[in-house]
Amino acid sequence: MGNDREHRIFNPRMECMSRDERAQLQSERLVQTVRYEYDHVPVYRARMDAKCIRPEDIHGIEDLKYLPFMEKTDLRDQWPFGLLAAPKRDIVRIQGSSGTTGHPIVSGYTRNDVDVWSEMMARTLTAAGCTPDDIVQVAYGFGLFTGGFGAYQGADKIGAMVLPMSSGNTQRQILMMKDLGVTMLCCTPSYAAYLGETVRDMGLDPNVDLKLKAGCFGAEPWTEEMRVHIEELLGIDACDIYGLTEIAGPGVSFACLEKDGMHINEDHVIAEIINPATGEPLPYGESGELVFTTITKTGMPMLRYRTHDICSLNPEPCACGRTTVRMTRITGRTDDMLIIRGVNVFPSQIESVLVGIKGVAPHYMLVVDRVNSSDTMEVQVEMTEEMFSDTISHIEQVRKNITDQIKSVVGIATNVKLVAPKSIPRSEGKAKRVIDHRKL
Amino acid sequence: MFVKQISVFLENTPGSLRELTHLLGSNGIDLMALSVADTQNFGIIRIIIEENSIDNALRLLRSAGFTARVNNVVCAVVEDVPLGLCKLLELIEETGASVEYMYSFLRSTGDRALMILRLSDQEISTQKLIDLGVQLTSQAEVNAL
Repeated sequence: MGNDREHRIFNPRMECMSRDERAQLQSERLVQTVRYEYDHVPVYRARMDAKCIRPEDIHGIEDLKYLPFMEKTDLRDQWPFGLLAAPKRDIVRIQGSSGTTGHPIVSGYTRNDVDVWSEMMARTLTAAGCTPDDIVQVAYGFGLFTGGFGAYQGADKIGAMVLPMSSGNTQRQILMMKDLGVTMLCCTPSYAAYLGETVRDMGLDPNVDLKLKAGCFGAEPWTEEMRVHIEELLGIDACDIYGLTEIAGPGVSFACLEKDGMHINEDHVIAEIINPATGEPLPYGESGELVFTTITKTGMPMLRYRTHDICSLNPEPCACGRTTVRMTRITGRTDDMLIIRGVNVFPSQIESVLVGIKGVAPHYMLVVDRVNSSDTMEVQVEMTEEMFSDTISHIEQVRKNITDQIKSVVGIATNVKLVAPKSIPRSEGKAKRVIDHRKL
Repeated sequence: MFVKQISVFLENTPGSLRELTHLLGSNGIDLMALSVADTQNFGIIRIIIEENSIDNALRLLRSAGFTARVNNVVCAVVEDVPLGLCKLLELIEETGASVEYMYSFLRSTGDRALMILRLSDQEISTQKLIDLGVQLTSQAEVNAL
């Protein structure tokens, strides 16, 4: 690809050091983190003891493969504070996301962890061209979800002017963008596309009426085609950004203006690709499950955390000057997690809601689509005699009850469709629960 | 006082109503009254058939994969003249009940029409209707039609 744009780097020392030097730094930090985790998190200590591994057995990144994995279910099982390594009084922030089987997960951040995260997001925004002269519109939601605060902290660290809009209210977003002369945008890719389409619908020409130059978009899967579409719609550089609450939030990795993979902040995390079936580490270039180990976090450090995201790693130096390893776009999941409008949804969550409602059959199908750049999810539920009645108002009440309960557990609105009994295919083995019409 | 009705859940898909009528018709079950209620997502078919056929109809419907239920409705007699139905509705209003739904019998009985009604608080409001002099048709009378 390549282009002649000026590449900005927030922390050249950390982002451009030689790979040997970085491996040394990672090794030192890993040894410290393993010792710290072993001493402070009983469940992880028990897991290491069970494998007969002592902290002193870990000498550097070459020993990473001996450490046990951590999973999203660990955060649920140790809910809410069982994985905290720091005393509660040192935790200054809680962020969270939806977890499996209807249970949310939270992560506790120390002051250090918030600073690490801010640093990662400052690097992310800088890589997309952000300077103290920029005006950054944050249209990610502010709340437990890490998007809003992450983008805010990064822009704040750079010293840019931050416009914390949060999500929604599209007309007002565009009014602010235009009148304040916003130069950078942070939101989900689907919302960026929607903003772009609405700008056009309002009769505005982004290249004339807006000063927008770039955006950092993530928190949901998207394609290269979608990226190019957003660039054309808004007349900007669209950069991909990746992250997860368990590790820090957005900014764990980010695309630079070369737009050729996402640079992983390797002085803060170690990335591995494993064979999801065997757990064996795979060499660079091979596609497998992405696993992260945090090496600077103190609140809730994660060792070999399985993301269930599938991608590959590329260690080649980038034309931008960074020497950090780059991950490809996420090409799939090893589990059945769906990301709907930035929210993690597991079919098992929907199932737990349905089996909890009297008279509802546990047979269902999720039909996911993308309409006008926004994800939609239809939940098909079979009509049973217990749910059925001769009046429409009663059936609509049943339908509303299911819709409300799904919303309270999953956090997003779905369209519940009542279908005929036995019309959802039964399966002997693993039931097919999802039909995804989105073109990703 | 009441008449039995079968309600059947139908998805809004082509051919589902035809399938239902074929199933009942080919088994010799005659539809005496029928209404189709539909929403954007689904429909409810409500039918009145002879009482002796109800168990058989339910069995047939359920084995063919339909969701079906039986419930009570009111069958009221109205004069088959202009304002006949209006008079009945005035009396229902007087009882304080509301009409959940209503449809008419397919068969005519001379100068009178039969209306199937589903009322709110049906037990109480039906008794009030009788007290107000509304003529109801019993299940036995319906069976004999």
